Amino acid sequence: MHSTDPLLRVEALRSAYGRIEALHGVSLSVASGEIVALVGGNGAGKTTLLRAISGVQPMTGGSLSFQGRDISRASPHARVAAGIAQVPEGRQIFAPLAIEDNLRLGAYLRKDAEIASDLERVYDLFPILKERRRNPAGGLSGGQQQMLAIGRALMSRPKLLLLDEPSMGLAPVLVDQVFEIIQRLNREDGVTVFLVEQNAFAALSIATRGYVIETGEIAMEGKGAALLADERVREAYLGV
Amino acid sequence: MGKLLSHRLAVPVVIALLVVALSFAMPSNFYYRVAALVWISALAVIGLNLLMGYAGQVSLGHAGFFGIGAYAVAVLPAQFGLHPLVAALAGAVATAAIAFLVGRPILRLKGHYLAVATLGFGILIAMTISNEAWLTGGPDGMPVERLTLFGWRVRGADTWYWISGGLLVIGAWIACNLVASPTGRALRALHDSEVAARVAGIDVARAKLTVFVISAVYASVAGSTLALVNGFVTPDKANFLHSIELVTMVVLGGMGSILGSLAGAAILVVLPQVLTGFHDYEHMILGLIMMVIMIVLRAGIVPSLAAFFQGRRNK
Ligand SMILES: Nc1ncnc2c1ncn2[C@@H]1O[C@H](COP(=O)(O)OP(=O)(O)OP(=O)(O)O)[C@@H](O)[C@H]1O
Ligand SMILES: [Mg+2]
Repeated sequence: MHSTDPLLRVEALRSAYGRIEALHGVSLSVASGEIVALVGGNGAGKTTLLRAISGVQPMTGGSLSFQGRDISRASPHARVAAGIAQVPEGRQIFAPLAIEDNLRLGAYLRKDAEIASDLERVYDLFPILKERRRNPAGGLSGGQQQMLAIGRALMSRPKLLLLDEPSMGLAPVLVDQVFEIIQRLNREDGVTVFLVEQNAFAALSIATRGYVIETGEIAMEGKGAALLADERVREAYLGV
Repeated sequence: MGKLLSHRLAVPVVIALLVVALSFAMPSNFYYRVAALVWISALAVIGLNLLMGYAGQVSLGHAGFFGIGAYAVAVLPAQFGLHPLVAALAGAVATAAIAFLVGRPILRLKGHYLAVATLGFGILIAMTISNEAWLTGGPDGMPVERLTLFGWRVRGADTWYWISGGLLVIGAWIACNLVASPTGRALRALHDSEVAARVAGIDVARAKLTVFVISAVYASVAGSTLALVNGFVTPDKANFLHSIELVTMVVLGGMGSILGSLAGAAILVVLPQVLTGFHDYEHMILGLIMMVIMIVLRAGIVPSLAAFFQGRRNK
C-alpha cells in the first residue's frame, strides 16, 4: 500500500438491475481516518453503491480498491475479512436470534482472543444491549436495532465502516445520539466511516468531506462544511 | 458458560433417559421393534431438521440419501464381502460426496425451486435403485447380511432398540453441539436474512453446503441402521413418499427443535400402528390428527408446547 493511496477508491463504478443501470460510473475515494458522507434523494443509487462496495450487489463496470488492492472480484466475506463492514439499509438485524448472538455473528470470521473485550466495548457504547443481551433482537425498538446493527458491524473490527441511512425512521433525539456515536468511533477507535444519507444536514455536519449523488452519478463534492453552505445543496437537500 | 454446557447436554440426556425409561415399559418384542423404528426415523429427522429448521432450506429428496445408506449395507457385503459396518461407513462417505456434488448447484436455488430440484434428485436415486435390478434386486428389494460384531450375531428387537437408541443419542448430541457453535449461529442468521449474513462475513453458499452434507449423512446412517434391523431392503425407503414423510415429521414435531424431531418421528411411526384397529379409516384418522396438530400447535408439537408452558410460568 502506497502512503498516498486512499483506504477505499471507487473508479467509474457501474451497476445495474437487469437492464436498468442504477450507477453510471461513480468515482470517489475515502482516506484513512475520514468521515465521508454521500447524500442524495430517493432512488439516487446510494444503497446500490454501498452494496456494490460490500460485494452483495454485482458491478457491471469500473473498479474498487481497498488499501491499494483491487477487490472488484472479491467475495463479500473476503471483503469483511479485509476490513470492510456494512450496516445495511433497514438494519437487517437477525430478529429471532439473541442480541448477543447477533453481535457474535459480527465476529464470525475472527479467531483472535479479543472478541470478548470488543463485545464489552460495544456494550460500553450501547448499555441497553448489554441489559437485554439474552433477548431476541426482534424485540428491540428501531433506534436500539440501529445500535445493534452498528455494534454487529463493529464486532468484525472494521477499518472501514459503511453505514446506509443510520437515521432512517429515528426520532430526532435518537438521530443525534447515533451520529454522536459515529463520531466517537471515528475519534476514539480510529474507524474510517463512509456514510450514506437522505438526512443531508446531519450527515454533512459530521463529515470531513461529502459527495452528492443524483440519478446514479456524482453531482458535487467538497468539504462537509462547504457543501452545507452551498446554495444548490441547501435548496435541494436541506429545504432552505 | 455453565448454562451453555448444560443446555448442550440437556437434550441428549433427556433422550437417553427416555430410551432407558421406556425399556422398562416394553411388554413385548413388537414394542421394542416399533420403538427402534422411532429412534431410527428420529435420527434422519434430526438431520433434516438441521437443514430445514435451522438453515431454512428444504429438501424433498432426503429419502434418496436414506436409500444410499440402506443399499450400501445390502449391496457391499453381498458383492464385495465387506463387513456391514464398513459398508455403512462407505455408504456415509458416498452420501457425503454425492450431497457435496449435488448441493453445490442445487443450493443456489430458493424456496419452491429448491424443493423441486431436491425432489428430482430423490426420484433419480430411487429410479436408479429400482432399475439396476442385477445389483439391487430391483423393486423386490434384497436381503441384508446379519450384523456380526466380534463373533457375536446381533439379533433381537431389544438389542436393536439399544443400538438405535444409542445412535439417536449420539446424533442428538452432535446436532446440539452444531447448533450452539458459530456454524449453527451462522445457519440461523442466513435463515433470517441472507444479505445480512453475507455482510457479516458468512460464506452463505458454504454454510448451506456444509449443513446439507451433514443432514444427508444423518439420513444415510439411519438408512443403514434400518436395513440392518430389517435384514431386508426395498426401494420404497428411497422414494418420494418417504421424503415427504421425513419432511412431515420435521414440521409436525417442530422446525428447529431436536426434541421435536423425536416427537414428529414418534407420532408418524406409532400412530399408524395404533390405528390399524380402525381398518379402512386408518389413513383418514391419521390425516385428521395431523391436521388438528398443525392447527392447534402451529409451530410444531415441541416448540408450541414449550411456548405454552413458558407463558403459564411467566403469568
Ligand atoms: N432490487 C431492485 N430491482 C430493480 N431496481 C432497483 C432495485 N433496487 C433499486 N433499484 C433502482 O435502482 C435505483 C437506485 O436505487 P437505490 O436503492 O440504490 O437508491 P437509494 O439512493 O438508496 O434510495 P433511498 O434513499 O430511497 O434508499 C432506483 O432507481 C431504484 O428504483
Ligand atoms: Mg437506499
